[in-house]
Amino acid sequence: MSLNKPNRRESLKTLAAFGAAGAMGGWSGLALAQKPLTVGVIYVGPRDDYGYNQAQAQAALEIKKLPGIKVVEEENVPETAAVQKTMTGMIAQDGASLLFPTSYGYFDPHILALAPKHPKVRFAHCGGLWTEGKHPTNVGSFFGYIEECQYLNGVIAGHMSKSGKIAFVAAKPIPQVLRNINAFTMGARSVKPGITCSVIFTGDWSMAVKEAEATNSLADQGCDVFTMHVDGPKVIVETAAKRDKMVCGYHASQAKLAPNAYLTGAEWNWLTAYKTMIEAAQSGKPHPNFLRGGLKEGYVKMSPYGAMVSDAAKKKADGIKAGMIAGTFDIFKGPLKDNKGNVVIAAGKTFKQTDIELEKMNYLVEGVVGSF
Amino acid sequence: MRSTANDMLLPVAAIVAALLLFGVFVWFADVSPLDVWVTLFKGAFGDWFSWQNTLQRAAPLMLTALCVALPARAGLIIIGGEGALVLGGLACAVLPSVLPLPANLLGTVLVCAAGAAAGAVWVMLAGWLRQSRGINETISSLLLAYIAIGLFKHVVEGPLRDPASLGKPSTQALAEGLRIGSMGSSDVHWGLLLGLLACIALGLWLRWTATGFAMRVVGGNLRTAQLVGLPATRLILGACAIGGAGAGLAGAVEVAAVHNSANASLIAGYGYAGILVSFIARHHPIAIIPVAVLFGGFGAAGSLLQRRLGLPDASVMVLQGIAFVLILASEALRDTEWRRLLKRLRGPAEVSPAQLAMGDKIA
Repeated sequence: MSLNKPNRRESLKTLAAFGAAGAMGGWSGLALAQKPLTVGVIYVGPRDDYGYNQAQAQAALEIKKLPGIKVVEEENVPETAAVQKTMTGMIAQDGASLLFPTSYGYFDPHILALAPKHPKVRFAHCGGLWTEGKHPTNVGSFFGYIEECQYLNGVIAGHMSKSGKIAFVAAKPIPQVLRNINAFTMGARSVKPGITCSVIFTGDWSMAVKEAEATNSLADQGCDVFTMHVDGPKVIVETAAKRDKMVCGYHASQAKLAPNAYLTGAEWNWLTAYKTMIEAAQSGKPHPNFLRGGLKEGYVKMSPYGAMVSDAAKKKADGIKAGMIAGTFDIFKGPLKDNKGNVVIAAGKTFKQTDIELEKMNYLVEGVVGSF
Repeated sequence: MRSTANDMLLPVAAIVAALLLFGVFVWFADVSPLDVWVTLFKGAFGDWFSWQNTLQRAAPLMLTALCVALPARAGLIIIGGEGALVLGGLACAVLPSVLPLPANLLGTVLVCAAGAAAGAVWVMLAGWLRQSRGINETISSLLLAYIAIGLFKHVVEGPLRDPASLGKPSTQALAEGLRIGSMGSSDVHWGLLLGLLACIALGLWLRWTATGFAMRVVGGNLRTAQLVGLPATRLILGACAIGGAGAGLAGAVEVAAVHNSANASLIAGYGYAGILVSFIARHHPIAIIPVAVLFGGFGAAGSLLQRRLGLPDASVMVLQGIAFVLILASEALRDTEWRRLLKRLRGPAEVSPAQLAMGDKIA
């Protein structure tokens, strides 16, 4: 109890500041007349992680520039009761009516616990699998088919690799990650069928030391092009560059970290989803519950090619990219074998990106060296 | 009386000093210190919402701090509370699938007891290694925590994974009836009450009972304890068991009140934060309560600080760091004879009003 005293004393000392806040009240009244939409964005890690969170923060930065939008942000919010407090705080203290809780783990149970209590607030979650009838209607999920970009990464890697061994540093063997590993490997093997992709799972989303160890170990094994699926690729990109290896980025562009090693990269373009959610909220349209898109819809994009990428590689990748955008190119089609020799997609069967079946992927394709 | 005043005033003065220093720090970053102080207060203790926010964050820390405090009173420095917490959470989540439980209060008590038992066994393991094999308990408890986390991940992502949990491997969710709800109309779950009761009960036990006293003797001087015939090993293992049960219960409450299932989100560092809380509270179970609330307050205030003033998350870490270093440093002043010091100062030099005020309070 006694510990709170100084705070109270501080607050007396700073009563003047409340006066200032009162003056601000006039400003907020004015703003209220224009009905600004307060948008809350919540990140699980630091906003400048050169990765998952930075990709989200870049979109948040863009929406700040839109008229009639006020953005409140909070970073490093763990997937515990803390995120529920942050969300209710944004609603109660900041007046937010649209929230972007961006980490996968925020969905169940945290968003699902709060959404029914705040029916007027819209929750736009990144990555979750919103299901009609099961989840509240003021909750929506958006995500992108980024393995399209990982496939293109693979195509570039296939052209540039000299050793015929490429590498993938991954966090956890969940469907989303497996999809990326498989797409990257298949992209490379579409160029040279003999290429193998070695994968190491670090076990969690942010394991800087293990990521560095995995990168070094894969480099020792002769892998010469790296990509990854972890929250912050910074360590892997820098370590690979230090070992004179090449890198394809992920989440956001890491070109700045290793301009001489960075071939290209798979980037999110969350602005598309953010804008769709915001426009619906501003015009009072129903909350978009399920948004998905790839290169065609502008949910993902490729980093500009590095100077060392050969013209042949660029040409091949650009051709496939055009096919993906036109809807004529599908990554996951039969016959496809996993790396234990079992047929996982029968001949003649083709999965479109939108197929929910792909969100349950539980195998590594032929050519991947590794297991989980 | 005098020492109690000292005990309370020193940390309070340290926190005030930390707030002042932090003001200077943010001032360099072109943010008004006044705004920061107001926001910190509003975020942590400004209204009912902020209080709930603070208390919710404090709840698990009270229990994990006990995992350090109790063994410390028996002379052991245990820092592996995180391991006891995750295993406690796992035991809580898994019990319903091994044992058919009634989906009511009794079931909830049983899953919580399972969590506490798992934590108790894990920390006792470190105590036993020390008593029987002479292995340093600080190191072994830390290493055991790594093993516990490894085991937890293996089980949750492997044999006990709910196949429906695609992107976030988790165990089967607890049945609705087994979950812990919130207290009354508040947002704060019953785990807070459990933490408060545990801290108070253990504080009273240490202070007023013969076994509590015996444990303090063991912690104070093991040789003396053995000379007067106290069962030192039993008491030490008991302290480890109670402490571990606290952390295990924290994990069980996290599962039953927040996560509904065991998954990697449980590994959020509460066990490690508990170490700091316990040390600041000088391993006093009752002092853990205000320290945990202060910790929760930093978390809640940091949240508002980010949203209102756009300061990075790290800024609150800086404040926390300054505050705790100053609190620990203020320990050095504990034995200062303030009156004599004042008298000496009063002689030739002028006395500042601040010093006078301080002197009045001590007297």
